[in-house]
Amino acid sequence: WINTTFMAFCHIYSLVMAFRACLEEVQLNETLTHLKTESETLKSKLEDERAKLHDVELHQVAEKVEGLGQFVMKTRRTLKGHGNKVLCMDWCKDKRRIVSSSQDGKVIVWDAFTTNKEHAVTMPCTWVMACAYAPSGCAVACGGLDNKCSVYPLSLDKNENLAAKKKSVAMHTNYLSACSFTNSDMQILTSSGDGTCALWDVESGQLLQSFHGHAADVLCLDLAPSETGNTFVSGGCDKKANVWDMRSGQCIQSFETHESDINSVRYYPSGDAFASGSDDATCRLYDLRADREVAIYSKESIIFGVSSVDFSLSGRLLFGGYNDYTINVWDVLKGTRVSILFGHENRVSTLRVSPDGTAFCTGSWDHTLRIWA
Amino acid sequence: MTINTMAKGGWHREQMSCFRKMEKVIVAMQDPDMGMKMRNQRLLITVIPHAMTGRDIIAWLIHTYSICEEEALHLSGLLVRYGYIYPLKEPRSLVLRPDESPYRFQTPYFWTSTRWPASELDYAIYLAKKNIRKQGELMEYEKTRYSLLHKRINHTWDFVVMQAREQLRASKQRRKADRIVFECQEQAYWLINRPPVCLLLLYSLLHFCTILFYIILYCTLLYYTILCNALPYYTTIETCFTVFKQALGRNRVKSSICLESFVKYSEQYQNHDPIMQGSLPSNPWISDDTAYWTMNSETVPIPTRLRVERWSFSFMELLNDDMGRREFMTYLEKEFSAENLCFWQACEDIKHGESSRIIEKVEMIYKNFLAPGAARWVNIDSKTMDKTLEGIRNPHRFIMDDAQMHIYFLMKKDSYPRYLKSDLYKNMLAKAIVPQETKKSVFPFVRRQRHANPSPAQAVAQATEEDGHAKGAGQAGTKSAAGSHV
Repeated sequence: WINTTFMAFCHIYSLVMAFRACLEEVQLNETLTHLKTESETLKSKLEDERAKLHDVELHQVAEKVEGLGQFVMKTRRTLKGHGNKVLCMDWCKDKRRIVSSSQDGKVIVWDAFTTNKEHAVTMPCTWVMACAYAPSGCAVACGGLDNKCSVYPLSLDKNENLAAKKKSVAMHTNYLSACSFTNSDMQILTSSGDGTCALWDVESGQLLQSFHGHAADVLCLDLAPSETGNTFVSGGCDKKANVWDMRSGQCIQSFETHESDINSVRYYPSGDAFASGSDDATCRLYDLRADREVAIYSKESIIFGVSSVDFSLSGRLLFGGYNDYTINVWDVLKGTRVSILFGHENRVSTLRVSPDGTAFCTGSWDHTLRIWA
Repeated sequence: MTINTMAKGGWHREQMSCFRKMEKVIVAMQDPDMGMKMRNQRLLITVIPHAMTGRDIIAWLIHTYSICEEEALHLSGLLVRYGYIYPLKEPRSLVLRPDESPYRFQTPYFWTSTRWPASELDYAIYLAKKNIRKQGELMEYEKTRYSLLHKRINHTWDFVVMQAREQLRASKQRRKADRIVFECQEQAYWLINRPPVCLLLLYSLLHFCTILFYIILYCTLLYYTILCNALPYYTTIETCFTVFKQALGRNRVKSSICLESFVKYSEQYQNHDPIMQGSLPSNPWISDDTAYWTMNSETVPIPTRLRVERWSFSFMELLNDDMGRREFMTYLEKEFSAENLCFWQACEDIKHGESSRIIEKVEMIYKNFLAPGAARWVNIDSKTMDKTLEGIRNPHRFIMDDAQMHIYFLMKKDSYPRYLKSDLYKNMLAKAIVPQETKKSVFPFVRRQRHANPSPAQAVAQATEEDGHAKGAGQAGTKSAAGSHV
């Protein structure tokens, strides 16, 4: 009978614990729902405040601007050499070299002008979703499913194995979605599927600052070209685009008007606004001083999502690479679609305008990169 | 969309939103007033109602969405590929031909979005019906799949055959035209959802993927409901609150002012945008001539006019261009205020340099610029000076920020405007060249030779070799610099 009392005691104890857990869960849920409703009220209050100073639409202001003529842009170079989907690319400051990464783990540095491959590195992981060229042109950074960002110095010795000199810089707890050097080779900004962004010191691999606030995977980031040079914007799967202060790690502004994951964010050349492209097939322009969305670039005939966006040098044109294999060119001021470019045979995964604005490069799941001018 | 969501079935979510948009287009096409004109099509001896020609579809799309023909072809191709419109002649070719070929709308019952996912059982019933109706009507790949299915779901095979017989019997009672229509719709549905590609391998792969998907879905659900507590969500909401409260207190600028600035910016930079205005002498990517880059390089003796003009747009433009910065330095030296720019550059070096050298750099700045009686003492207001000196005791990356900001704005408001009015700048502007536009070559089909140029890594390696320094671990200090052209 000792056994039975012991068993009974155990059962009663576990029942009580379960009951308590349930109560706690219910309480927590209640606090959560209460918080959620409060957050919704705050949000609508914020929308009202934002709307108060919104006295005119962008296309109204742009009525006096001359319309754009017919655009003829063609593929000027096709870079073939990747064995699988091209996921990311970046330009070098010398305006002709690019680095690209693909699903099979290869990272290739090309001289896009001559279409020669200059360096090739095989990463130990597949799905290299992020790559960046260092401002000095002497190194490239890349990362993906290995949750790390590695920096490879570009050696000129053909016999030297680049992989041997690799330096592991960033460590995340989920895949790396984007990386970018700041103004020098010494610091890297990364964003990851674990919902955070982080700033790293390249030399020591030390974490300098981390940025928390996204509720889901962060998919993209871009550094501000402003005078003070201390902010960047990130976009994630929680449909939010957040502007961060690199020094304090705080989120200073947040925008949530997209209806789906934000795949790409890019600053307007003056630094006062940024554009975002999302799976909901729209690109949107957000003004940082007015603190609101000021334009939506969409068309009923555009059905598939945007994978990447970039501005032309003057900021008048917005290029978007779409998942239906096309590139749409938008007039930023008037909000109309200027041109649609065909050429790729699978979805366009990455798009960047060259540093001097003479051309833009697109990478696609059809294993090729194209330079358009 | 992310790689995580692809595993968890997020692809499904992304596809669904695309399906909904396509359905909107389809519904608009079927609108009685503004939609497509439909007519009866003769197919052998029967007449199929509500059919349309490829040409009409293209015309309607061009008219309704104001797009070009190429885009209309692309869009209609998508509609066919995803099963919303199917061809009556050559049902296996899922392409939209812009001629008289007849097409019909797929009934919503058979939309991929309505019947997601296409189940094995239904496919088995469909194949069984085809088999019973006319022996040997199945195609090769269908025969393989039929036998595969027979092996896999053998336990419910009686049900499958019974259902097939029932459905065939019910269809016999319909009018012939309706029967044909239904058969076409069903066939189109299965062509989309069980495409005849890579037979065995893809089919087993698909099957494996669906199993994996369900397993992963179950596991993640388990994880989220049992193991995960509400804490992370709680912290996210808290962050939301701080952001909202901060946002409510922020000073906003009127939209009209912000938007005007975009118009002004675009206008100012329009001539400098190669994609919009072209570049002189020519765009290197189009003409294969690198003259444009050589003329705008860092070390060219005489810059182009556009480049010098750009220095007057903003102080940042001047500083971002190495040549502009050098010119500005020369001007400041004449004015005996060059220490400001040197100080600013030294602060930038700290902000963006290696973490290990911060302390030594801060000390050097103090010695050269801030210490009383320093050789190049900078004039900062006392409050900032005190704060900076206090902070130097515990130097970190951002310690010079306030002082740097002060000097930056001093230069921007004072020295920069005077530089733009100075003779130095005006002479530079007058000297600057405006390149001639290259005439189109006489033989446009002859491609120019594309020359390689030394990689930036190479240039740095040469420089370090010449200096005889060994820079940090990251640099490539190899000896093969000179002759390694690709």
